[in-house]
Amino acid sequence: MKIFLVSEVFILVFALAIAVLRSLPGPVFFPLRALAVVYVDLFRGVPTILVIYILGFGVPALQLPGVPIDPLFWGVVSLVLVYSAYVAEVYRAGIESVHPSQSAAARSLGLTHGQTLRFVVIPQAVRRVIPPLLNDFIGLQKDTALVGLLGVVEAFRQSQIEVAASFNYTPYIATAILFIALTIPLARFTDWLIARDKRRLQAGRLA
Amino acid sequence: MRTVLFGLTLTTLALALVATATGNPAAPAAIPGCAKGSLNLLNEGQLTLATDNPAFNPWWAGGSKTKDWELNDPSTGQGYESAVAYGIAKRLGFTKAQVTWKAVPFTRSFAPGKKPFDWYMAQVSAYPERRKAVTFSTSYYNVNQAVAGLKSNPISKVRSLAGLKKYRLGASVGTTSYNYIVKYIKPDQAPRVYDSVADVVTALKNKQIDGLVTDFPSMGYITNVQVPGSTVVGRLPNQGGVQEYFGLVFQKGNPLVRCINKAITQMRNDGTLKRLEVRWLGQKGAPILK
Repeated sequence: MKIFLVSEVFILVFALAIAVLRSLPGPVFFPLRALAVVYVDLFRGVPTILVIYILGFGVPALQLPGVPIDPLFWGVVSLVLVYSAYVAEVYRAGIESVHPSQSAAARSLGLTHGQTLRFVVIPQAVRRVIPPLLNDFIGLQKDTALVGLLGVVEAFRQSQIEVAASFNYTPYIATAILFIALTIPLARFTDWLIARDKRRLQAGRLA
Repeated sequence: MRTVLFGLTLTTLALALVATATGNPAAPAAIPGCAKGSLNLLNEGQLTLATDNPAFNPWWAGGSKTKDWELNDPSTGQGYESAVAYGIAKRLGFTKAQVTWKAVPFTRSFAPGKKPFDWYMAQVSAYPERRKAVTFSTSYYNVNQAVAGLKSNPISKVRSLAGLKKYRLGASVGTTSYNYIVKYIKPDQAPRVYDSVADVVTALKNKQIDGLVTDFPSMGYITNVQVPGSTVVGRLPNQGGVQEYFGLVFQKGNPLVRCINKAITQMRNDGTLKRLEVRWLGQKGAPILK
C-alpha cells in the first residue's frame, strides 16, 4: 500500500510533465518531443517484471558508489518509470481532446503557451481522463506485488509464505479479496467524481 | 554463466572421481510383503518419479544436460537424491530401465488432484502442516539450515544465533530457511524473501542482504562457485527438539509409502544412506551456531 501511494504521487507528476513535453509546439522543441516519445515507447514496450529485475538486481550489481541498493527504492522507481509511460499517454489523449479553438482563444487573449496549458487545457484534460487514470492506478496497485520479487514482503508474498508452510491455498483467496476490497471503493469514488463533474457541467449549461 | 558452468564441470568431475573410488554398495536384501507386483503404482511395473527442473547439485549430479533437463538428468543415478531413488528402486526389485523421471515444479508437487508421479523428491521438508495435503516418507536426509555471508561483511565473524539478529537476512519463499529466520533468529530488520534461491544468491552478491539462509548441503555450491568471497558463517541448530528432514512426497494416503519407508529404513540401517551422504554431500564441517 505504501509502495502504491508513493509511486502514484510521482507518476501523476512525472507523467503530466512527459505529456506536456510531448505536446510542445514548433520545431525548436523537437528534441524534447522526441525524448518524450522515446521514453514512452521504451517503458511501455518492456515488461514491468523485466524493468524490476533490471533495476532491482542489475543496477545494484554494478556496485556503483553512491547508488542505492535498496530493493524498495528500485521497486518504486521501476513502477514509476513504467506507469508514467502509460499515464503520460492517457494525459496526452486528454490534452488533445481539448478543442484547438480553446487554446487559440486563450492565446488571442494574451495568455502565454504555459498559461494556456495551466489554466485552460490541463484542467479540462485531466477531468476527461479520470476514468482511464483510475484504470492505470488499479493496475499499478496490483503490480506492486511484482516488487516482492526483489525481496520485499508484500501481500502476495506473505500469502505465498503461508501457502508454502501449509500446502493450503486459502491465503491466496484471502489476498485476492484484500486487493478487491481496496480497488472497489476506489472505483466507486471515481464514479462519484465523474457524476459530480457531469452535474456541474450540465448546471453550467442551464445558467 | 560460463564460470558457473565451468565450476560445475569441475565439481562434477571431482564427484565422478569420488564415485568411482568408493565402489558399488553391497547387494540388497528383498523386503518382505513388498513384492514388485503388489505395489500401488501409477504405471504397473514402472516407478514414475519426479523432481524439479533444473535439478541442482549436489542433490543431482552428472551435469548431463538433456533436452528435458536443464542442469542434471536425474536418471544418471548421480547426486544424493538420484542415488537414493535408485537405491530404493533396487531394493524393491526395479531395474534402472524401469524408473522414469518427470520434471515437476515444486509448487505443483503439492497441488490438489491426482499426482502424475509415484513420488516426488526435491529437498522437500516434511512439516507436520504439510501432512494435511500430502503423505511424506520417513527421512532420507536430516537437514540443518545454514547461513552464508560475504567475508567482507561483519556477519562472517558471527558465532552465535543471537549475533545474527542485527543483520539483514534473505531466503527463498516457502522454505524452512525463511521460517527459521522468522521463528528462531527473529532479526531486527524484516527478512527479504525471494522467488528462488538463485535470486537470494544474486541479492547476496549485490550486498542487498548480509546473510543468505538455506539448507547446509546447498551451501557448498553457493559459497565455492556462485558467490566469490563468500563463506559459510555456520550451521543453524535444530530447534524445539525437532529434527528437520527431507521426505519423499506421495499422493495423500498412498499405501506405497509403507514399502518405500521399509526400503529407506533398510538403507539407513545398513549404512547406505550414510555412505551416499559422504559421497555426494560430504563437505568440510561448519560450526553450529549456538
